[in-house]
Amino acid sequence: MKFSHRRLTACAAVVATATLGLTACGGSDNGSSNASSGNGGGGSSSGTTVTFIPKNLGNPYFDASDKDGGKKAVEEFKGKYQEVGPDTATPDGQVSFINTAAQQGVKALVISADDPKAPCSAIKQAMSAGTKVVTFDSDTSADCRDLFVNQATAEGIAKTEVDEIAKQIGDTGEIAILSAAANATNQNAWIDLMKKDLAADHPNIKLVDTVYGNDDDQTSFDKTAALLQDHPNLKGIISPTTVGIAAAARYLDTSSSKGKVALTGLGTPNQMRKYVKDGTVTSFALWNPSDLGYLAAYAAKALVDGDITGKSGDSFTAGKLGKFTVGDNGTVLLGDPFVFTKDNIDQFNF
Amino acid sequence: MSALTLTPSQMSPARRIVGGALRSREIAVALVLVLVIAATTIKNDQFLFGANGWRDLLLTPAILVLLAVGQTSVIITRNVDLSVGSVVGLTAYLTGRIFIAHPGTPVLLVFLIGLLFGGVLGLVNGALVAWGKVPALVITLGTLYIYRGIFLTWAGSNRVNASDMPDNFLKLGTQQILGIPVLTIVALVVLALVGYYLYTARGGRELYAIGSDPDAAELYGLRVTRRILAAFLLSGAMAGLAGVATAARYGTVSSNAGLNLELQAVAAAVIGGVAIFGGSGTVWGAAIGAFLLVTINRALPVLGVQDFWQQFVVGVLIIGSIVLDRVLSLRRDRKIIEARDIA
Repeated sequence: MKFSHRRLTACAAVVATATLGLTACGGSDNGSSNASSGNGGGGSSSGTTVTFIPKNLGNPYFDASDKDGGKKAVEEFKGKYQEVGPDTATPDGQVSFINTAAQQGVKALVISADDPKAPCSAIKQAMSAGTKVVTFDSDTSADCRDLFVNQATAEGIAKTEVDEIAKQIGDTGEIAILSAAANATNQNAWIDLMKKDLAADHPNIKLVDTVYGNDDDQTSFDKTAALLQDHPNLKGIISPTTVGIAAAARYLDTSSSKGKVALTGLGTPNQMRKYVKDGTVTSFALWNPSDLGYLAAYAAKALVDGDITGKSGDSFTAGKLGKFTVGDNGTVLLGDPFVFTKDNIDQFNF
Repeated sequence: MSALTLTPSQMSPARRIVGGALRSREIAVALVLVLVIAATTIKNDQFLFGANGWRDLLLTPAILVLLAVGQTSVIITRNVDLSVGSVVGLTAYLTGRIFIAHPGTPVLLVFLIGLLFGGVLGLVNGALVAWGKVPALVITLGTLYIYRGIFLTWAGSNRVNASDMPDNFLKLGTQQILGIPVLTIVALVVLALVGYYLYTARGGRELYAIGSDPDAAELYGLRVTRRILAAFLLSGAMAGLAGVATAARYGTVSSNAGLNLELQAVAAAVIGGVAIFGGSGTVWGAAIGAFLLVTINRALPVLGVQDFWQQFVVGVLIIGSIVLDRVLSLRRDRKIIEARDIA
């Protein structure tokens, strides 16, 4: 009896170690596959390894920008594409991935920063090792990247969203904002500009609250519920984040506020299709994230090849998108945001 | 030796019940819950009386109640199950994948699959803890990451969208019967069953015995291994059920679904008076704790407390309840010692 008991314990221990071993393998799996492609990508620009680091994995927005647009561009110039990243968007979550990529000696990093400062020292180390760094979607401080590919000017986004909500609520009433994390650079810039735009051009619209859903479905969902409860006279919600707007739409869809409270913001067509078609949401905006990733990849290539250095006035050609010129602060602008409605949503699939 | 046998209480039954209720941890927590709801409703009557307010008040805690019930049955045995957050996420994603692969799957079958799948994951925890004789904290911390890792590998950057799941399933997430949400009814039925079992059944009482003194339980001949396995099985199955409920309620499942829920489940149990070192506490308390935890998070913004302070308040609540426990138990000890000295 005692013997068999001991054997069982040993067996369990083996199973436990084996499972742990497996996870260790699972963990290093990404690393090793990256390393091998990293080694393959030395020397000439045709083998340029471009590593994409999204804010977090599992975010369809970055699927479109990285896996669709970015990958396509990298394949066009015959480079090596890879994508690694944290599973949640926390300020320092990207640091370890930046370090690993730098150690592998990848030619270029394309990052959407979770925090303007937190990844900076890691990025600077990578840059001093010769890696070119392009930020897109959400910028870091200007000194820790070579180039920022801007999806749209903050002014353009803020104005589009305010205009859409104004149109839907008849330019008068209470509105609220459902944002991502309280320290997200792009979100806060947009919110500030929206406030200015509202004050200047829409005096009858009152912004009553700004809440943070941390780009988490469930938190955003619960925050939407709280917003509707706290502000019974609310007429509209702006959610300038793809996760937030989808969660808010889902809540509105199942609440008695459906059709009474307007919702707009930044979303992707696949997530919003159901809600646009059933009337919960009239319109929402976004640029084309595939184009954004595509442009970022070409910008990275131009930097690696030495065609541009990132200073104002440099210009490069980005495949099918044509010619772009670097503006102030090392910024390249993609264009104006695009408004999706039930009439055009079926033309898009991302 | 007659002094050691229990003499009937000299207090009247009415006084005993009132006294017991006043000392009861469940009622203390419930009182706080009622106060929170009352204060918030005075500030904004939509919180309780609004059409969505009433529904959300009952519906939002349902998922955490399921987890707290499972967690309590494990904590009572002087173990802990930290893997539940990952089990919830994994099961929620499985639910979505089932609907994508077989759109016509009956909803009831999906709930059963979730229950079973979570149960298997829980059994893995239980087997490692019971036979490996390794602290549950370490084992389930390990499986927390292992299950999350499997989830991440499987889901990658894919997500399940609301349009991937059938309408009747999503409707279940908010549907009400006689004003009470279906998911809440499910949670309450489960709570009643488990609560009754733990309170009356032999198996349930043995869980308390094991938690009070594992060595004594073993010497006494209790089937410790089997009971611990069962407790983890229950916790896993509850997490599985919560996972399916999460998919129905939120409609979107991405790789961060269920993240950090395990700590909320433990917090709910602790706030509800379940001793972290096992042997005491009830699922009723844990369920009220879950209600309080969720409701306070929803109430604070209404009361005008800033977003950033909400976690602080939850922390104060946890520490406050531990301090209360400590003070009460010290006082009880002193009384018992006094009683002994007098005798």
